[in-house]
Amino acid sequence: MLDFIVLFITVGIPLSSALLLASLGETVNQRSGIFNLGCEGVMSMGAFVGMMIPYMVGGSGTVPWYVNLAGLVAAAIVGALMGLLFGVVVIKFCAPQGIAGIGMQLFGMGLAGTFYRHFIGGAEGVAGINAIHIPILGDIPYLGKMLFNCNPMVYFSFLMVPVVAYILFKTPWGLRVRACGTMPRAADSMGINVARTRYQALAFGSAMAGLAGAYLSLCQAKIFTDTLVGGRGFIAVALVYFGRWSPLGVMGGALLFSLAQALQLAVQAYGLTAFPYEFLVMLPYALVIVVLIFVGKSKHVGPAMLGKPFNREMRI
Amino acid sequence: MKHFKLYYTIGVIALCVVLTLAIASLILAVLGANVLDTFWVIFCYPFTTLKNFSGVINIMTPLTIVGVGICVAYRSGIINIGGEGQMVIGLLCGIVFALYGGITGPLGLVLTLLVGMAGGALWGSLPGILKAKFGVSELLSTVMFNYIATQLYSYCLRVPLLDPAVAGGSGDPQTVKLDNSLWLPRFNELFPVDKGFRFHAGIFVALVMAVIIFLFMWKTTAGFKMRAAGASDRAARYGGISVSRYLVLAMIVSGACCGLAGTVEILGVHHRGLGNCTGGYGFSGIVVALFGGLHPLGVIPAAFFFSVISFGCSALQINKIPVPSNMIDVLQGLVILVIVAAKLIISSPYLMDRAQRRVEAMLGKKEAA
Repeated sequence: MLDFIVLFITVGIPLSSALLLASLGETVNQRSGIFNLGCEGVMSMGAFVGMMIPYMVGGSGTVPWYVNLAGLVAAAIVGALMGLLFGVVVIKFCAPQGIAGIGMQLFGMGLAGTFYRHFIGGAEGVAGINAIHIPILGDIPYLGKMLFNCNPMVYFSFLMVPVVAYILFKTPWGLRVRACGTMPRAADSMGINVARTRYQALAFGSAMAGLAGAYLSLCQAKIFTDTLVGGRGFIAVALVYFGRWSPLGVMGGALLFSLAQALQLAVQAYGLTAFPYEFLVMLPYALVIVVLIFVGKSKHVGPAMLGKPFNREMRI
Repeated sequence: MKHFKLYYTIGVIALCVVLTLAIASLILAVLGANVLDTFWVIFCYPFTTLKNFSGVINIMTPLTIVGVGICVAYRSGIINIGGEGQMVIGLLCGIVFALYGGITGPLGLVLTLLVGMAGGALWGSLPGILKAKFGVSELLSTVMFNYIATQLYSYCLRVPLLDPAVAGGSGDPQTVKLDNSLWLPRFNELFPVDKGFRFHAGIFVALVMAVIIFLFMWKTTAGFKMRAAGASDRAARYGGISVSRYLVLAMIVSGACCGLAGTVEILGVHHRGLGNCTGGYGFSGIVVALFGGLHPLGVIPAAFFFSVISFGCSALQINKIPVPSNMIDVLQGLVILVIVAAKLIISSPYLMDRAQRRVEAMLGKKEAA
């Protein structure tokens, strides 16, 4: 039983990283009032670009660490650019954000798949970024295996929780972002450029989504496929609701969700094949729905103008 | 200047088309393909033979039905991204009924389609109820229901409905072939025409469905109330319309359409349950609905246009053009982004006013000169 729990947590924690990075980013842009349902598409592009650079340099073989780093940075930059593109549609042209997000999702996924088949093709993997063993802490029985033998990006993603919390709640920029999401009209009359702040928040959020995608292709799967992201973008958006727009809550949601996913993998690893695994795959999605039911009723502290375009010239 | 609004709308739409084509050309150029050749295959190749044309009609059939369903939901103020899941559950119910219902012949065919609709309606009603009762955003819940439906379907294919012929083998799980009499007949079997008209009769189901939904939404009280709730829920509530009830009804109708589309696809094309047989129509349907101006009758030409593109994209590789078929997703995404962005430009009176003044000033200068 102890072995099972250790396996379960060892598998679950790395699974949460991609969700955590994407939903932390989404938290920031939702706080500014932009609902980016295109997260899935941005993650796909991030996943492709992140793996493309190491692949171009060293093929499937190992590459120096800075090449992998370059892949991550490129994924973040491409993500930010896609965020700005989305921004032009929903901020400049005030398009309805839900439907524009679906467009973004199709566009990003299609583009990543098209480029992947054209430039790489076949099922070619990369060496990617491997888990590191932290010297002394990693040798602690059980705990070391669960917590101190992870991928560097896992630590980075958990480090981003306090960083994002600090940015959102302790810096002037974070205050501006929250003002634009809660009451853009007031922010505007205080001299804040609502559109610019929203662009910035969206670029940050999408850069994080790009990184999350690169985590999937470089650290977790070490390969790109059309279905690699597999709905994680949508789940990341749902987790923001779950975490009530606070980084710590989002972290809890990401952990809960990925542990539910790990349960399925652990059960399969233990050879309990008699139980239909499809129902375990369903479990996390069902969990999200149940959670959304409870969150929907409660008085949340989220951005009041989430999803509403701001237009200075519009009548109230 | 007379009719400026019409010219303005046409001008903006033309600009959108040019913009979309320009971005698409740019992507094609990056891929190193000959842009003109690629566009020729995408837009003209589907019309070169009757067989290709029939392929287009077969894609158009589910696309039209799903698009009509999405229109109903969108007009009622709820965005249904769950088309994929509703299709899956609908066709699953249809298959179960066809395999175990024991009714064959034309009656069986009609009943199977109705059961498929009921399945889709049931699955569609869930996010509607969640939104009406608990305020859960349909954008998220429908996506989650998509994944649950897909898993449920793949379980049913793998265990209870598995074809004994492939059991234990390495083939993809599938069900046994459905009874011959339940298949939707092909057009050339119904009418004495050229053998090339190979598309199945589902297209008539689709066209009838579009007309029925049009009549329902524009000529009945329930349809009017649904559209009122979608246009402004506050005003509708003030007018004594139970917004939440019509929201659920909208999702039921929308889900029924998607379920029908899935069942038609099975009875017309695959004739058995296969993995991955919804073909992304649930998402393409959104594009079609938007492109068709969110009107059931507008969906028909829009679906035709998109099935041409879709068929063309899937034929790129056969025509030795090095562009993967995923290009269709890129085009669809671009079209959505451009359409939603253009909507503001078209509907904003300020922008139109400004454009009109500029154009008139320009024309005035010319006359003066």
